[in-house]
Amino acid sequence: MEHFNLALVDWSRAQFALTALYHWIFVPITLGTSFIIAIMETIYVKTGDEMWKRITKFWMTLFGINFAIGVATGIILEFEFGTNWSNYSWFVGDIFGAPLAIEGIMAFFMESTFIAIMFFGWNKVSKSFHLTSSWLVAIGSNLSALWILVANAWMQDPVGMHFNPDTARNEMVDFWQILFSPTAVNKFLHVITSAYSYSALFVIGISAWYLLKKRDVTFFKRSMVVAATFGLITSIFMVLTGDESARQVYRVQPMKFAAMEGLYYGETNAPLVAIGIFNHSPNPSNPKAQEWAAKIEIPNLLSYMAALDPHAFVPGIHDLVHGNKEQGIVSYYDRIARGKTAIQALADYKAAKKANNTDKANANLAIFKDNYKDFGYGYYDDPHDLIPNVPLTFYSFHTMVGLGTLFVLIFILTLIYVVKNKISNKKWLLYLALWSIPLGFLAQEAGWMVAEFGRQPWVVQDYMPTLTAVSNIDHTSVIITVLLFTITFTVLLIAEIKIMLKQITGFKDGGH
Amino acid sequence: MSNIFKKVFLFYYEGFKSMTVGKKLWLIIVIKLFFMFAILKIFFFPDFLKTKFKSDIERGNYVIEQITSPIINN
Repeated sequence: MEHFNLALVDWSRAQFALTALYHWIFVPITLGTSFIIAIMETIYVKTGDEMWKRITKFWMTLFGINFAIGVATGIILEFEFGTNWSNYSWFVGDIFGAPLAIEGIMAFFMESTFIAIMFFGWNKVSKSFHLTSSWLVAIGSNLSALWILVANAWMQDPVGMHFNPDTARNEMVDFWQILFSPTAVNKFLHVITSAYSYSALFVIGISAWYLLKKRDVTFFKRSMVVAATFGLITSIFMVLTGDESARQVYRVQPMKFAAMEGLYYGETNAPLVAIGIFNHSPNPSNPKAQEWAAKIEIPNLLSYMAALDPHAFVPGIHDLVHGNKEQGIVSYYDRIARGKTAIQALADYKAAKKANNTDKANANLAIFKDNYKDFGYGYYDDPHDLIPNVPLTFYSFHTMVGLGTLFVLIFILTLIYVVKNKISNKKWLLYLALWSIPLGFLAQEAGWMVAEFGRQPWVVQDYMPTLTAVSNIDHTSVIITVLLFTITFTVLLIAEIKIMLKQITGFKDGGH
Repeated sequence: MSNIFKKVFLFYYEGFKSMTVGKKLWLIIVIKLFFMFAILKIFFFPDFLKTKFKSDIERGNYVIEQITSPIINN
């Protein structure tokens, strides 16, 4: 462990997290509003009602502002892969390269071409061609997200690959297994449906502001109907895919699952902690165990959530670290020993190849292959270093779930009251909807924190810990870029908010 | 054929010309792309393995050395 520069690892992580966090302010709104706009335009084309055209154009302008400020910020992440995360980029190269290349080409051709028609094509192309372009922008931007999320899912659940010990690269052996792994499918569906819900909140929240100001009431009630319907349908899928995602985490990342629930000792009939607060002062007799100050539990629900069996055993952090023979769980101590054997065998294999000693090379290759599945554990001596930050993962997970539930409620109530034409009298709901815009962003980031902090210390689950993924570079340059990004991203965000607010507050529907 | 190119050109030309808020957004995009590719990429984000090594064999050997060295050091 002392071989690695931990300050460099931390600064590189901070830099990547900052870039991803900023990038993700814009992406979810783009993913969802593109569909909301396409639905609004479809209603316009079907009914011929000019107000729907103006509604479409209004939200299209906000979509455009968001798209322009957010566009290309993801490219910085790719710069960071090459500079700060070169060991990682090399290690995963073949797996990561294909999805990212497809994403780049798809994003460029589908979004760039059809966005021009979407914005410049009114009255220049036919209604149906314009509508098709709007739908293609929505589909294109969502397909772009697919490839990024497939790559991310592979890091959490590496499948369909073979490690080549001669090149130190993972090579793709089954593209379809990577694309359709249950982790990838659920991750994609859960992330996009949560993005759709966030976009629906964005539309409902802004519409609520207009209703509170008693401006263009019909215009924004119509916007609310579309957004609340879209939000309600997609949030149901968000809940279902979230449930299935949790089951996949239980299957492939049991430590993350235990951290999400703050489960230290595994149990059968495991209860779900609905609300919990950790004790800040750990128990001196067992400082590694996280103690509860207060919690409210739902009996058996965690077992059911994990294995669709209310009596199933759910392993806790202690079971994973120390092993549990009864449940067939190998301890981290054993996995560390096997990982060290694999790393040593790889080094010996390379040395034997260099010395043209084929027999020794083959013998070490066989040892390496036998132990490769625990390769990453070999970088550690203390198994407790393999436990993620439990309070952070737990609170992030429960924040995401709590807010997600609140959003479903907001969609239901908004839809009911707007259809009954009573929404204008429900000021508390309008204020709640308005404030749900930042809450939606908070839920998005909390979900991302569960996925990314919860999987630590892994950058590729079980194979590559974050500390071996970084490049051997001077960490001063990383600190400078973190500061540069902080300033630049803040300026860009202020610019977006100012342009967006000017556009929103200055709007007055010209039609009658 | 040239008529199609002319139509496409005019489509974009008139589109850009008639933009209102879009002009400001394009300015932000251009500044952002300049900052990313002319400053960040050149001065802060060189490709580490590409600039340090000439061939993939050298890169692979370096990465293997990196990921196996903690054990060797022990």
